[in-house]
Amino acid sequence: MWEYTDKVRDHFMNPRNVGEVENADGVGEVGSLACGDALKLSFKLDTDGRIADAKFKTFGCASAIASSSALTEMIKGLTLDEAARISNEDIAEYLGGLPKEKMHCSVMGREALEAAIANHRGTPLPMAQGEVVCECFGVTDLEVRRAIQESNLKSVEEITNFTKAGGGCGKCHERLEAILREVHQDLQKIIPDHRPARLTNIQKIKMIEEVLDREIRPALRKDGGDIELVDVDGDFVVVSLRGACGTCKKSQTTLKEYVEKKLREQVLESLIVEEAKS
Amino acid sequence: MSTPVVYMDNNATTKVAPEVLAEMMPYFSELYGNPSSMHTFGGQVGKKLANARQQIASLIGASTDELLFTSCGTESDSTAILSALQSFPERRHIVTTRVEHPAVKNLCEHLDKLTGHKHRVTQLPVDREGRLDLKQYEESLAEDTAIVSVMWANNETGVLFPVEEMARIAKSRGILFHTDAVQAVGKVPIDLSGSAIDFLSISGHKLHAPKGIGVLYVRRGTPFVPFLIGGHQEKGRRGGTENVAAIIALGKACELAASRMEEENTRVKALRDKLENGLLTAIPHAMLNGHKEERLPNTTNISFEYVEGEAILLHLDQFGICASSGSACTSGSLEPSHVLRAMGVPFTAAHGSVRLSLSVYNTEAEADYVLEKLPPIIEKLRAMSPFWQSAHKGSVGGASCKCQCS
Ligand SMILES: Cc1ncc(COP(=O)(O)O)c(C=O)c1O
Repeated sequence: MWEYTDKVRDHFMNPRNVGEVENADGVGEVGSLACGDALKLSFKLDTDGRIADAKFKTFGCASAIASSSALTEMIKGLTLDEAARISNEDIAEYLGGLPKEKMHCSVMGREALEAAIANHRGTPLPMAQGEVVCECFGVTDLEVRRAIQESNLKSVEEITNFTKAGGGCGKCHERLEAILREVHQDLQKIIPDHRPARLTNIQKIKMIEEVLDREIRPALRKDGGDIELVDVDGDFVVVSLRGACGTCKKSQTTLKEYVEKKLREQVLESLIVEEAKS
Repeated sequence: MSTPVVYMDNNATTKVAPEVLAEMMPYFSELYGNPSSMHTFGGQVGKKLANARQQIASLIGASTDELLFTSCGTESDSTAILSALQSFPERRHIVTTRVEHPAVKNLCEHLDKLTGHKHRVTQLPVDREGRLDLKQYEESLAEDTAIVSVMWANNETGVLFPVEEMARIAKSRGILFHTDAVQAVGKVPIDLSGSAIDFLSISGHKLHAPKGIGVLYVRRGTPFVPFLIGGHQEKGRRGGTENVAAIIALGKACELAASRMEEENTRVKALRDKLENGLLTAIPHAMLNGHKEERLPNTTNISFEYVEGEAILLHLDQFGICASSGSACTSGSLEPSHVLRAMGVPFTAAHGSVRLSLSVYNTEAEADYVLEKLPPIIEKLRAMSPFWQSAHKGSVGGASCKCQCS
């Protein structure tokens, strides 16, 4: 069961301003039956250009209904410019918070408001101009970008909670990650991880031998030592230390802190290096 | 809580029957011995366990040595499927359905990761009423099929699958057959004595025993590889000291279920039908999900178009009425129930589905109470829905859908 605040419960059980304003100056509709929630917002302006009346009709869960009800209360008396500054965070805050999985309900409220204002002004819908990234829920990149910026989202899961994008088939997850990196202007270049997720035994042995030859052996030889690969059994890499290393008291440290570390970095995170029992 | 609770969510879990509770209580206090111990103090517990085993075996027509106690229905499902895969390591194909409980569905979908092998999983589709096509089933069986896992009764719709016949078909092809009977046991008669079913899962908390006790039936002679390896309990087939009190409770619950089977299939069924017909008559644009006849006696799943399930549940909750829904919002995901989607229930209706599942503890007065409270809730929510009136004016309401989900 969701943890709803008393305010959410109140606006859900006793929604304010249900219906449609007659001779509305602006009407905005977002969402669809198929997607599971939808909101139709209408408002009427007074002679000063302030919102005199606002009404909603909503299909959706408790938080969708409560967000819509809250929104209509919040915008009454505001000019359109003032109303346009209301963000989804403001709606959630007005309700004393929403469960994080339900933040998309407040985003829907905000988008309905934008749609109604655009309808009044005869301008195109800003967010719909973007390119659809999530086909399951019809979410554009502009909506995703704005949600990341405004709510400081850090993961795909959070993007889904706020915009629903990525909550269906999951095919757009990579694209969402890319947008997330772009928005955060992750200038720090991400080093691509070339390690395959799963290695066959032969691949594993070959890669281990390569790292031994390329880095480990030359380093050990400098100190008069050497290393030999004895066996690979699952994640266990059995080696034998030779020369100076073989008699060195610090050979355990060499094994764990140098050899194992190198192999884990370059071959497989789960490898465990052990010395052959002689 | 001042409003009395009207509990109609018995497919989620059930109340522990008072008789069952009384039976198990001494095994938490005075009679705490370990049934494996050599002393009389523990031994008397062992005797009681043997008795419980008999009570459970009787309900499903099994022998006592064909039952293993597990920690839940989910463990029983995992044990059966993984056992079959280990018994036939060269067979990598599984046949199941698109409407299984996550205990089977998610396991089958993640087997590759679990076993480190590639598996083929055939998930049989269902028709609009939730039924399987047996011809398609037969055709899906392959040389390398290790096991078929098909539920006896669906938890969301109550629809029953012809598992006896399906098991015979599997057997004739030398393939093991598992059924998740968690929702069926105690609600419909089951007799495994002449059956071809190899594995059958039971969960205590669905039939008025406590949560955290399950049973796996393994037909005598069926190859078996244990899931939990440890002590010699269950003849080495499932390690771990027995959950004594819960097993004794389940034994009693099975005895009760046997004596109430008749009532479940007459009075409870009639109550369910009254509720269902009443709602379908009182509320326009409502439809039944699942086949009307081939179904558990206690379950009804109805979709109310143009409204959303979570909103319905929260309103019902205000009146103390407990139900559940297949809507996206209640599941914690953004998509409605996989069962309703597999049946091809349109999204518009899947979001507004409500499941009422009864038990012998429900009364006529409770059904009347729900019949009184639910229709105005739907009316109120519809009055708020942007689609309701426009739908009735004959035009399509709401914004056009940008998505591809419908
Ligand atoms: C059909 C079905 N299978 C399995 C389970 C899981 O049982 P348990 O909760 O005992 O693990 C359930 C219960 O939700 C169920 O309805």
